[in-house]
Amino acid sequence: MNILILTIIVLFSLSSYYFGRSEARKLITTNKIRLNALPSYYGYYLAVWCGLPALIILSLWSLFEPTIIKILILNNFSNVESKDLFYEQTLSFFNGNFTGEITNDIKIAAERYTSLNNIAYNSKIALLASVLVFSTSYAFKKVKSNNKARDDVELILKGLLFVSSLMAILTTLGIILSLLFESLKFFSTINLFDFIFGTSWSPQRAFVRDASTITPEEYLELKDAFGSVPLFAGTAFIAFIAMCVAVPIGLFSGIYLAEYASTKVRKYSKPIIEILAGIPTVVYGFFAALTVGPFFRSIGESLGLTVSSESALAAGLIMGIMIIPYISSLSDDVINSVPQSLRDGSYAVGATKSETIKKVIIPAALPGIIGSILLAVSRAIGETMIVVMAAGLAANLTINPLESTTTITTQIVMILVGDQEFDSPKTQAAFALGLTLFVATLFLNYIALRVVKKYREKYE
Amino acid sequence: MELKNSNIKIKSKNLNVYYGNKQALHNINLEINNKEVTALIGPSGCGKSTFIRCINRMNDTIDICRVDGSIEIDGKEVNDKNVDVVTLREKIGMVFQKPNPFPKSIYDNIAYGPTIHGIGEKKDEMDKIVETSLKKAALWDEVKDRLNEPGTGLSGGQQQRLCIARALSVNPEVILMDEPCSALDPIATAKIEELIDDLKKSYTIVIVTHSMAQAVRVSQKTGFFHLGKIIEVDTTEKIFKNPANKMTQDYITGRFG
Repeated sequence: MNILILTIIVLFSLSSYYFGRSEARKLITTNKIRLNALPSYYGYYLAVWCGLPALIILSLWSLFEPTIIKILILNNFSNVESKDLFYEQTLSFFNGNFTGEITNDIKIAAERYTSLNNIAYNSKIALLASVLVFSTSYAFKKVKSNNKARDDVELILKGLLFVSSLMAILTTLGIILSLLFESLKFFSTINLFDFIFGTSWSPQRAFVRDASTITPEEYLELKDAFGSVPLFAGTAFIAFIAMCVAVPIGLFSGIYLAEYASTKVRKYSKPIIEILAGIPTVVYGFFAALTVGPFFRSIGESLGLTVSSESALAAGLIMGIMIIPYISSLSDDVINSVPQSLRDGSYAVGATKSETIKKVIIPAALPGIIGSILLAVSRAIGETMIVVMAAGLAANLTINPLESTTTITTQIVMILVGDQEFDSPKTQAAFALGLTLFVATLFLNYIALRVVKKYREKYE
Repeated sequence: MELKNSNIKIKSKNLNVYYGNKQALHNINLEINNKEVTALIGPSGCGKSTFIRCINRMNDTIDICRVDGSIEIDGKEVNDKNVDVVTLREKIGMVFQKPNPFPKSIYDNIAYGPTIHGIGEKKDEMDKIVETSLKKAALWDEVKDRLNEPGTGLSGGQQQRLCIARALSVNPEVILMDEPCSALDPIATAKIEELIDDLKKSYTIVIVTHSMAQAVRVSQKTGFFHLGKIIEVDTTEKIFKNPANKMTQDYITGRFG
């Protein structure tokens, strides 16, 4: 029903755009006056006045209607045991899919619900219609009086843009706060130091009980369950392997594309490389787990090495390949934006192409290159699918690339897959890990910006 | 005859340059005298810059550019396949329209060329090269206390003199200047012109300029280009006082261009 109302409002607003515009044109032709704004601005003005108040009222109404109806109904049934349950039962009875025992109370409540719903619906329509008529006629009067529609439209646009950016900021803030509060709950059970410096991770041990009832003796056991060092080490290790693959290949192919490749080669090869970034990570994941991992293991076996089929090497390698386009594409762009005059200056004193690249172009493009590398690092740290599938689940503290390791993201997935109790320290640990991951990437980005800025100051 | 020829540093014979299908230079024949300033004038797009970029083969860096005909320096063909571009450009320095110091320190800007050619490997040798190059470019006194600061932090005129010093650092015999003052204010321009006057004692200079007044002030010989052809070459005095060609006359009196 709401969709129909919404469509009507939008159609109304759309037609009032054309109406406003043609009225403004009529004013110009019949009265021979110069309006304050172009006719289309009057159209926009009318459309906004027609649509916006009605839309705001509709959305507020839809937001509060269920709550108000619920309160109104429950007021009559103050003697019911569980009010929420009762209300749910009423609703499902109303919808015709209630299977339990139907009491008299539920019947009465459902009747009341029906009548309230009708009242709400009728008054909503009445209110919207009157608002629509009132605001449109108000705006129409303004059009006739030749107000400064342009300024008003600009103001509304500015407001719209502001609200959009505000939403993005508030969402970020909300996510951070939720991470923070859940993590605080976790850290009220598990000591921060035990979390940061503990070297053993086995959260399944904490599955059993409610956090608030853990005794000191039990805590001694638990404190070994949430040491995050193996996770951080695993994450850093796999990211390191990935960067070992991605930085040289990405940077060199970026240089090739920017400096050596002919326009034709560049035109085709750049999009092809960028396809790598478009492959879904889950595809990389099973490629790593089913093809590369076993391949390494069979090679290792033929050499007499024990290689786990889920190895840090396989995951890091594939992750590195995934990241190549981030580095190559960005560094290609950065190198391309180094002014030709610098190349000319270098060639003119007799430098060869590779000398020019090494000594002039790379230094000049360094801030951008470092930026692209750090971006790639935070991408590697946050990557989930590949490591979930290919790196393994056991939290081994190892630097042997042939063993399986695990990462922060993998463990978050493992913790939250399936049914969870929200107050167990195990679940809260996911938020703590999320928070640390967030802080780590934030720190990385901050460093990246600082480095870039420092070089800028030096070279500009 | 032999004696007269010995004074010619650069000589182009039937030089044609094409950018793709478009011919940019038609049969250029031009002689540039040793240790003299030769100015090339003409309206925009007439091929002056293309011509000087042929002398140090900078046009090699442009994919679609094709050069035929001959340019000789000291009687040796530049366009020969066996010519090593690196040594050629060591011998022929170039200064560009817009000052283009590297994003490095003033010191490293000068040291760049010598390092590439393996000159001045010892620190004190390099210090000496940097100092003499900057002195020759009349920049030493202004920057001697801040050699480690970025070259890009200098003023436009200083940057251009830094670029001249960079060109001088590898001891060239010829300096090509492609409108070196077009991005500079009159005072900086005056300083560069003074410097050019000084440099011609030891270097052969070819300067492309849009300012006829500048050509008169700095050059001994002037060539007038129009639509990729060379219209007239003579002593600067003759070109500006009594040009043989009507077109030259029109150009220098400002009737077109």
